[in-house]
Amino acid sequence: MPCLSNAKRRWIQVLPVVLPLMAFALSSHAQEKPYFVTYSHDLEEPGNLDLETKTAFAQPGGSTHYGATALELEYGVRAWWTSELYLDGQATAQDSTIFTGFRIENRVRPLMRDHIVNPVLYVEYENTSGADKTILEVVGHDSQSDLAEPNGESRREHQHEAELKLILSSNVRDWNISENFISEKNLGHDPWEFGYAIGAARPLRGAAASRSCTFCADKFIAGAEAYGGLGNTAALTLRDTSHYIAPLIGWQLPKGLRVSFSPGFGLTSTSLARVYRVGVAYEFNQIGNWFHPANGGAQ
Amino acid sequence: MIRSHRKILSLSSIALFATLAFAATVHSHWDHVPAKDRARSNPLTGQPQAVAAGALVYSDHCAECHKADARGDGHKRPSLRSDHVRSATDGDLEWFLRQGDLAHGMPSWSSLPIEQRWQLVAYLKSIQ
Repeated sequence: MPCLSNAKRRWIQVLPVVLPLMAFALSSHAQEKPYFVTYSHDLEEPGNLDLETKTAFAQPGGSTHYGATALELEYGVRAWWTSELYLDGQATAQDSTIFTGFRIENRVRPLMRDHIVNPVLYVEYENTSGADKTILEVVGHDSQSDLAEPNGESRREHQHEAELKLILSSNVRDWNISENFISEKNLGHDPWEFGYAIGAARPLRGAAASRSCTFCADKFIAGAEAYGGLGNTAALTLRDTSHYIAPLIGWQLPKGLRVSFSPGFGLTSTSLARVYRVGVAYEFNQIGNWFHPANGGAQ
Repeated sequence: MIRSHRKILSLSSIALFATLAFAATVHSHWDHVPAKDRARSNPLTGQPQAVAAGALVYSDHCAECHKADARGDGHKRPSLRSDHVRSATDGDLEWFLRQGDLAHGMPSWSSLPIEQRWQLVAYLKSIQ
């Protein structure tokens, strides 16, 4: 098994964070929640492209630590419809660094008004290998042992999955409270698997500062999310399921950068003991206009 | 003679109907705002700091579409220095920010804290 040097391993782990920071130079942002697993009813503004990396660092029991990154490209097709592409990869210590697949998802708000509870329908197609470790959702009887297999073995398993989510989300005063019900089906075989994610978050201060500032309380959003599996159609039980609770903090930096961090804690023996997540995001405004002749773009 | 009078009468009726229809369209912009929302007043009215903060919120969230001078792009992104905004109550504007108009491209800003929406309303009123 190839062994990476410490320096190389460290570089691989920080790469997902450093690259976006180096690449971004324009400015703009939206009020985004720092959730990693839970979805709220906030959709991307139409015409905007949000580029985000979500990286999970963890060490399954009996295995080496890893860093898995999902690069997310989120585009606002309409004010009520957001489309996303995820590109997943991971680096496992004393093993290898591999691309693990892609996901395409669409989120649609069926109701055109804001209500006490706002539903969003979520449909995803997932084409990943068994080596995917991004943990963007936990379903069925997902376990830390799934994440402990050597990449050479786990990447041979191909997962063509369809995932449906019902997202319910409310903004109550300055709080956002979101509940997701997840069902996932491997299109080749296996029963439907179920999971959940719930989250709550709010800015540390509601009112915006009257001058530009980086460290003002309104630039920080704090909260927590909990997520886990609910079994599958063959065994609809909580036995041997994984569950996590994770505090969250998000920071809206100047120039449209957004950073979020979340230490997650496993609640059952099948869960990872800890999973640390780091997110870095940047929003490109109105990318369609870049190519508009009036803006000096392509004709 | 009688025929020309009839013609004038018909044209006048059409003009009157068109004017009424136009007036109805103009006023219908805020007609669907619930009365209790429309009646709300901005708790930050008269606070210069709220206007300054609202300008920053505008710059962060609204300028990308409505442009830095709030005059829009002349097409799909409307000017916010308009009779529509001038005729709106504080409550109308806050309600519209919260609801958005998803079918026509305006996102809902219910994710913004209520204080920031009022700051935005204070700013929008200040630039009319």
